[in-house]
Amino acid sequence: MTMTAASAAPVIDALDLTKTYTIGENVVRALQGATLKIYPGDLLAIMGPSGSGKSTLMNILGCLDQPTSGTYRLDGVDVKGLKDDQLAEVRNHKIGFVFQSFNLLRRTNALNNVEQPLIYGGVNARERRTRALAALEAVGLGQRWRHAANELSGGQQQRVAIARALVSEPAIILADEPTGNLDSKSGAEIMCLFQRLNEEKGITIIFVTHDPRIAGHCRRIIRISDGKIVADEVNPSPLQACSDIPEA
Amino acid sequence: MFLVETLQLAFQTLRANKMRAILTLLGISIGVGAVIALISIGTGVRRYVTDQFTSAGTNLILVSPGRMQRGMSGGVFAQPAQLTMSDWQAVSSNVQDTLLTGVAFNRSTTILYAGKQSAVTVNGVTPSVAEINNWTVSAGRFLDEADTSSRARVIVLGTSVVKDLFDDGDDPVGQTVRINGLTFRVIGTLNSKGSSFLGDQDAIAFTPITTAQERLFGTLSVGNNGERLISTMYLQAVDDAHRAGVQTQAINVLADKRKIAPGEANDFTVISQTELVNSFGVILSALTIFLGAIAAISLLVGGVGIMNIMLVSVTERTREIGLRKAIGAKSNAILNQFLVEAVVLSLIGGVVGIGIGIAGAALATQLAGIAAIVEPGPIALAVGFSTLVGLFFGLWPARRASRLNPIEALRFE
Ligand SMILES: Nc1ncnc2c1ncn2[C@@H]1O[C@H](COP(=O)(O)OP(=O)(O)O)[C@@H](O)[C@H]1O
Ligand SMILES: [Mg+2]
Repeated sequence: MTMTAASAAPVIDALDLTKTYTIGENVVRALQGATLKIYPGDLLAIMGPSGSGKSTLMNILGCLDQPTSGTYRLDGVDVKGLKDDQLAEVRNHKIGFVFQSFNLLRRTNALNNVEQPLIYGGVNARERRTRALAALEAVGLGQRWRHAANELSGGQQQRVAIARALVSEPAIILADEPTGNLDSKSGAEIMCLFQRLNEEKGITIIFVTHDPRIAGHCRRIIRISDGKIVADEVNPSPLQACSDIPEA
Repeated sequence: MFLVETLQLAFQTLRANKMRAILTLLGISIGVGAVIALISIGTGVRRYVTDQFTSAGTNLILVSPGRMQRGMSGGVFAQPAQLTMSDWQAVSSNVQDTLLTGVAFNRSTTILYAGKQSAVTVNGVTPSVAEINNWTVSAGRFLDEADTSSRARVIVLGTSVVKDLFDDGDDPVGQTVRINGLTFRVIGTLNSKGSSFLGDQDAIAFTPITTAQERLFGTLSVGNNGERLISTMYLQAVDDAHRAGVQTQAINVLADKRKIAPGEANDFTVISQTELVNSFGVILSALTIFLGAIAAISLLVGGVGIMNIMLVSVTERTREIGLRKAIGAKSNAILNQFLVEAVVLSLIGGVVGIGIGIAGAALATQLAGIAAIVEPGPIALAVGFSTLVGLFFGLWPARRASRLNPIEALRFE
């Protein structure tokens, strides 16, 4: 698939984002003017030490939260001033989340788990099923749709979560430490899956991580410290996860 | 999001948490079951009592000594006073529009036969009393006018008396029994009326009223003014439309005869069987409402159970709620989802409760021998109420769930 095309419109266009938390007398400036553009088809990592503002930035990029100041356009839509329900709609259509702890409905089967975003998107039952099965197929779990989440291994659960992120065909997938709870083999398999989805389907994937191994697989690495972007680097030779999956 | 999707989500969740769902359901089921069973039993008892009164005869008016008053509870009680044969003569010759009239003088005593005895109420009656009160003979004959005028020592026995005194297969008719040292010839036996809350109706024996007053009970039947006492007058109106009129006539005739000044309270009571049924009906309605209220409280407890489980569930599912919001659920979708879960639970609980209630009513019928009557009204009431309970007690947890901040909910451990 193509590399970042300078001519394409950015899928994420954030200008001078700040976020200030006030707790009593204390004012915490979690984000102090972050500006970044992310183009469709990119595979990038946002890195930084604990407390640097990664989660704050991700929550804003993921439309779970609003910046204190600055503008944020997601896929051409200015999300500033949107109400909670409108933000929910934006999340539903434009963003896929993948979490460190999977966040699946444990006793619900894989298919129903993947269907969830489509239910809130008002997609009818038949189409939901077709699309959820296709998403499970894409993550290599087409045969396992009947299994309840808690009957699957950690790696498989994260695949279901990725299928759930994919199923609404979002503009971006935001993955917060997606391999943090996995052993190294499963972790490598998940990174391989992300790279494949990025290359074959051109899906924009943003990792939020402090794990240098994840960053090593990305084409672009944004470093953040004390609420500011301190580096924005291109990784000339990303690692290929699919070729270095350790033997069982 | 549409109702169908919300329902699907609710069923997905309930299926995924069967144990929790079943426990919640149980509370509601027992509540609904209790409401239905208890109200059915109450209705059954009321029907039973009404039937007992109706079996006494239709369009019946009773005249008895003493003033019956309606107490606070709607019950009736009598104050001592005496009615005599001359009162009866006044009533029977002056009151119009009656089909049949009769009079009785009764006392409790013991009947002896072949070394056995039976405690019984001996009713000295005019022959018409049998027909007025729906007594029929199973063997022999009832009393007639000749018996009355000759003060014959003849007696008709109820089934309980027959059972006490005679062996199976023996024919009581023609036998001689003893009461208070007098011998009586048994001329007939009665068909059973069964026993009721009024006692064993078959522990009864009939003799001519003249015999009872003048030969059997002697001085016991003589009143303060030297006249023979009576216990009850029976007046059967020609039809329902004349019932009230007969009642008024009887009151007027008696008040006149007994020289009761205007404004003074009557020292006798003229009551129709319908009024009697109604006064008991008031007590029984209160009973039914009382039973229903107890059951409703248990339903309420079931509702608090739902709220408790839903609240626990909101806490337990905080991350799930965060996740649902992250993937695009609006606040209302979460609210509806939790509400529908609560309502579905209480509806299923209601349906199971109908089964429990009907089974409970059937069991009570078996044990008490009074048929509990299951009516659609209380069923609809119980299920409707349980759904409201689900809605009401589900609302608060559902609101809490819908207002969770997704970021914090997702971070929740
Ligand atoms: N809800 C909040 N209220 C107050 N302070 C917060 C809140 N969320 C984050 N912070 C503060 O903002 C800073 C950045 O936090 P965060 O974005 O979570 O960093 P990271 O994810 O890189 O560890 C930290 O100092 C943190 O304590
Ligand atoms: Mg963080």
